[in-house]
Amino acid sequence: MLEPNPGLIVWTIITFVLLVLILRKFAWRPILESLHKREEYVRTSIERAEQARQEAERLLEEHRKQIAQAEHEGHRILNESRALAEKLKQEIMDKANQQSRRMVEQAKQEIDRDKEAALVELRGEVASLAVQAASKILGETLDENKHRKIVDAYLKDLPKN
Amino acid sequence: MLFHSSTIQHAASDTLNAAVHAGEHGGGEGGKVNFGELLHHVYDSREIELPFIGHVHLPHFEPLHFGGLAIDLSPTKHVVFLWLAALMVIILAITAARKISKSRVPHGIGNLVEAFVLFVRDEICIPNMGAAGVRYMPYLLTTFFFILFMNLSGLVPYGATATSNVSVTGGLALIAFIMIQASAMRAQGFGRYLKHLTGGVHWSLWPIMVPIEVLGLFTKPFALMVRLFANMIGGHIVIVSLIGLIFIFKSYIVAAGPVVFVLGISMLELFVAFLQAYIFTMLTSLFMGLGMAHSHEGDENGVSGH
Repeated sequence: MLEPNPGLIVWTIITFVLLVLILRKFAWRPILESLHKREEYVRTSIERAEQARQEAERLLEEHRKQIAQAEHEGHRILNESRALAEKLKQEIMDKANQQSRRMVEQAKQEIDRDKEAALVELRGEVASLAVQAASKILGETLDENKHRKIVDAYLKDLPKN
Repeated sequence: MLFHSSTIQHAASDTLNAAVHAGEHGGGEGGKVNFGELLHHVYDSREIELPFIGHVHLPHFEPLHFGGLAIDLSPTKHVVFLWLAALMVIILAITAARKISKSRVPHGIGNLVEAFVLFVRDEICIPNMGAAGVRYMPYLLTTFFFILFMNLSGLVPYGATATSNVSVTGGLALIAFIMIQASAMRAQGFGRYLKHLTGGVHWSLWPIMVPIEVLGLFTKPFALMVRLFANMIGGHIVIVSLIGLIFIFKSYIVAAGPVVFVLGISMLELFVAFLQAYIFTMLTSLFMGLGMAHSHEGDENGVSGH
């Protein structure tokens, strides 16, 4: 059981050495290389994924900021335009009011003026009609000038309107 | 192929006393009960057993003479199983290598081998030897897989465990010894390697220290050799002994007990096959790492065996 067999020792060594040489070339080197490559691949993939994730997060943050900014801007513009519209409305209304008031004023003045003119004309007409009527009644007794003076004096006593 | 002659025999002999191969390997007890037949599985022999064919005699060559040493290179049963294990490792590893280099996704047999390769690299090689140890990965991987397959081949019917032979483990330990010394010399340079043999003590103590250190170099691989051999043969002898109980009591009723125990021991052996392959590889790697790094104090601390 314990006695060594030199032949077996020699065979063991020969077999082992050949095995190492064969396997090193055809098995272990390719396997170790492939494993190493794969490890590198996994490592770089993870790194790249991490980078992509950070990039995505950064972009997301940026977009979120942009959206918030845009919203803010929108609000601001809306408020501004609302205020502007309010101001414009006020202005337009004020102007319209003023204009209408002025137009009413003008119309009133015109009416007054026309009334005045009409009254004056009416007075003249009435006086001459009255004179004509009176002269027809009295028959040429009074001269024109005296009569006019009498009528004028009478008309002055009449109420203005 | 390998066998130039074959003899057909019945695997189970009718009589227990038939000492067919008694005394041939020194295993036969003689007398009434003979384990020679059973111990065939454990010992090396000049014939192998095959299913349906029976015993096949292996070719025998004249021993070669180197000086006073006679080396008999004729193949024995363990040599055959040594080659079978080597062949299986080659087929497995090359198939796996093809699969692994073809696809990035681990799958099937490639994944299986890859798991062991990564284990050897990340749990054995790098922790013990550091990044510089990756250079010795082919050696460690071959050691691991070769020993594993030799251990496992004994658990298959008609199989034999080459590692339960002290010559085989001796050969492996011899290679481990060379690798340990070579890696230490390569990492430290020859001068520092020799200096380390003095143990760093005063020169007057060198006559004591140097033999101890040199002895230390040999004890490590020697322990590797004995550990693997004893572990592998141990399980087989336990199984033989348990089966032997049936023959001693000559009763089928008694068989129930040993069969259950043998099943248990076989499972244990399956575990031990993996464990010993791991331990041999791990310790070789550890010793290489110690020689390479060289911190002297680690030398004595790390050598405790399993």
